[in-house]
Amino acid sequence: MSEANETHAGASEVNETQTPVTSMTMIQAINSALDTMMARDEMVTVMGEDVGFFGGVFRATAGLQAKYGTHRVFDTPITECGIIGVAIGMGAYGLRPVPEIQFADYIYPALDQLVSEAARLRYRSAGEFTAPLTVRSPFGGGIFGGQTHSQSPEGIFTHCSGLKTVIPSTPYDAKGLLIASIEDNDPVIFFEPKRIYNGPFHGHYNRPAASWAGHPDAEVPEGYYRVELGKARVARAGGDVTVLAYGTMVQVVLATLAEMDEAPDAEVIDLRTLVPLDIETIEASVNKTGRCMIVHEATRTGGFGAELSALVQERCFHALEAPIQRVTGFDTPYPHSLEWAYFPGQVRIREAFKRTMED
Amino acid sequence: MAREPARSNRPPLELHVPEPPARPGEAATFDHIVVPVAGETRRPDPREEPAAMRDLAYGLVRVLDDEARATGPWNPELPPETLRRMLRDMALTRAFDDRMFRAQRQGKTSFYMKSLGEEAVAIAAAHALDDADMLFPSYRQQGLLIARRWDLVDMMNQIYSNKADRLQGKQLPIMYSVRDANFFSISGNLTTQWPQAVGWAMASAARGDTRIAATWCGEGSTAEGDFHSACTFASVYRAPVILNIVNNQWAISSFAGFAGGENTTFAARGIGYGIASLRVDGNDALAVYAATEWAAERARGNKGPTLIEHFTYRAEGHSTSDDPAAYRSAAEASAWPLGDPIRRLRDHLLGLGEWDEERHAAMDREVAEQVKAAQKAAEKNGVLGHGLHHPMETMFEGVFEEMPWHLQEQRRQMLDEWKAAGL
Repeated sequence: MSEANETHAGASEVNETQTPVTSMTMIQAINSALDTMMARDEMVTVMGEDVGFFGGVFRATAGLQAKYGTHRVFDTPITECGIIGVAIGMGAYGLRPVPEIQFADYIYPALDQLVSEAARLRYRSAGEFTAPLTVRSPFGGGIFGGQTHSQSPEGIFTHCSGLKTVIPSTPYDAKGLLIASIEDNDPVIFFEPKRIYNGPFHGHYNRPAASWAGHPDAEVPEGYYRVELGKARVARAGGDVTVLAYGTMVQVVLATLAEMDEAPDAEVIDLRTLVPLDIETIEASVNKTGRCMIVHEATRTGGFGAELSALVQERCFHALEAPIQRVTGFDTPYPHSLEWAYFPGQVRIREAFKRTMED
Repeated sequence: MAREPARSNRPPLELHVPEPPARPGEAATFDHIVVPVAGETRRPDPREEPAAMRDLAYGLVRVLDDEARATGPWNPELPPETLRRMLRDMALTRAFDDRMFRAQRQGKTSFYMKSLGEEAVAIAAAHALDDADMLFPSYRQQGLLIARRWDLVDMMNQIYSNKADRLQGKQLPIMYSVRDANFFSISGNLTTQWPQAVGWAMASAARGDTRIAATWCGEGSTAEGDFHSACTFASVYRAPVILNIVNNQWAISSFAGFAGGENTTFAARGIGYGIASLRVDGNDALAVYAATEWAAERARGNKGPTLIEHFTYRAEGHSTSDDPAAYRSAAEASAWPLGDPIRRLRDHLLGLGEWDEERHAAMDREVAEQVKAAQKAAEKNGVLGHGLHHPMETMFEGVFEEMPWHLQEQRRQMLDEWKAAGL
């Protein structure tokens, strides 16, 4: 075991970004991350509903069972509690499980196993046992998925001590962050913004979907590389206002700015990891711009935006020139026909920019 | 708004809310419990298919008869030396419980849970398993650690959350974690360890290992979803795991009827999953040993999981936090038809001529002294609330492998505030 760990640690320092680069969708990038890690570490085990022979309802695990066998990639019964509980036991054995919860909306039956077990195992056993899980789950709306295929429950997990929460917004980051998450020795909730699996959403549901093809952030190395957890990305540099966002909303904010008449010179920060948060990047940006806007799709009250707002207020109070604005999903269940009124799209983002820039 | 009830000739519906056979002040009765004659229940070949042994979920594997003679096909025919070791481990567990319960009453710790009356469930199982097999216990299997010869002082340090507590005072007393004894960290949430044990066993099988897993929960917590998730996974992948339900009749103040015990046995839960299921006299150390050995043989032979209901009686309160006199008849423990596990194994050894009253009395004195000496040693490291705990900043350690900035900041703030307050 110690030998395996040494190999692991040594290898993680090798930057293999010199491997050929291919244009990938986010789904292909996730699949490539799983493939890369399964090839590197025989303890990596993929499990979940429909992930085996079929390759997952979104195709994230396509081809893995044929390549690595049913002992390492297998379908599970429909019990999220069981999937996470079993993954914790496998982790205690020494495997490195990557369970999939088919939709984040289905993760609630697993909450006790995640919040009371995986999150606290290291702490309660003083490090005797750990839960090196990476729980992958598609989240967020914008696909007419109604109440049960659209939710953004990240705030439940960021509120809980002992869990890391990671959300990519590009294919490049999806692969690098997923690899870093799998290598992490703590449990990671890895939420995948399914609206941008196949293209960077601009926020217009009634216009042709964009594609990742040709997008610079979709140029993904075929081999191993890491995007470190806890480091935000400046998706767009600017001096007027700081926008804090993650997942799909990064792409929608960027598209809004590109399409806006008299757009402010906004600095868009893609948080990438909510816990641990890259507070330095946030502070530096807000201290520079003096204005801050937070955009997420999850419901507002007690959402992660509330934490961001509190942190910015505590740390950047004297730099702030305007109230912090939150653009979020409303505190209602995710509606079906009214999805595009609920979704924090371009109209609401534009209005929030105006309010933030007013004073 | 309730609607006007429709007129009909149908009788009104009745809601059944279970009531235990006896409440405080009432005479205890266990007339409803059918106790088969020892030796009567058949013992199938351990390679047999679960479908061919469903009757066992409704029987009761018993080896020791009313005269404490070992009888029938489940008799494990253990050498007297093993019997004496099991007897001593049970006595040691009881002495440990007694002492730690009193330590809690003396204010030396916050919480304790005894296993009085059900010591055989853990002790005999530990003796039947290999030390390399992985245990996923609930909170009343302290006997597993004792049978695996774990240091009593170490256990007490955990109970006192003192400076020598390996768990650094982070976990509630008795929620041990002993990786070196292949004893998984106890949660305190109910039955969460079941799917974890199944996962560990699946991993062991997937890796071509030879070690198996065993887990325990109470009859009350078979109602948890985790129980059913675990049974489904165990059945689907034929996991090499032993799933133990300790039916000690009571879940705090709720009798087994609130987990469905009025309607069927808990062993019968396994039938629906196609899992080999046994119901065992949990106060009969030989029956528990034999059932565990049989289940382990199945698991090691890739015949999959076994579910065992240990039929026993919780002779004490649930924990130091409840008073059983407030919810059940005080006469129950003495009326329990399956007797006391220590007395029954003692009588068996006496009958074999392998034990005598003097040796038993000497053993009781020895285990009491052993526990007393351990307590003295543990208390040198402190008891709860007397300052000899881990330094306060250790609270922030071990949340993650590496401490992120926000925890570092909270730690710094806490220490600064205490310093500013002159503490």
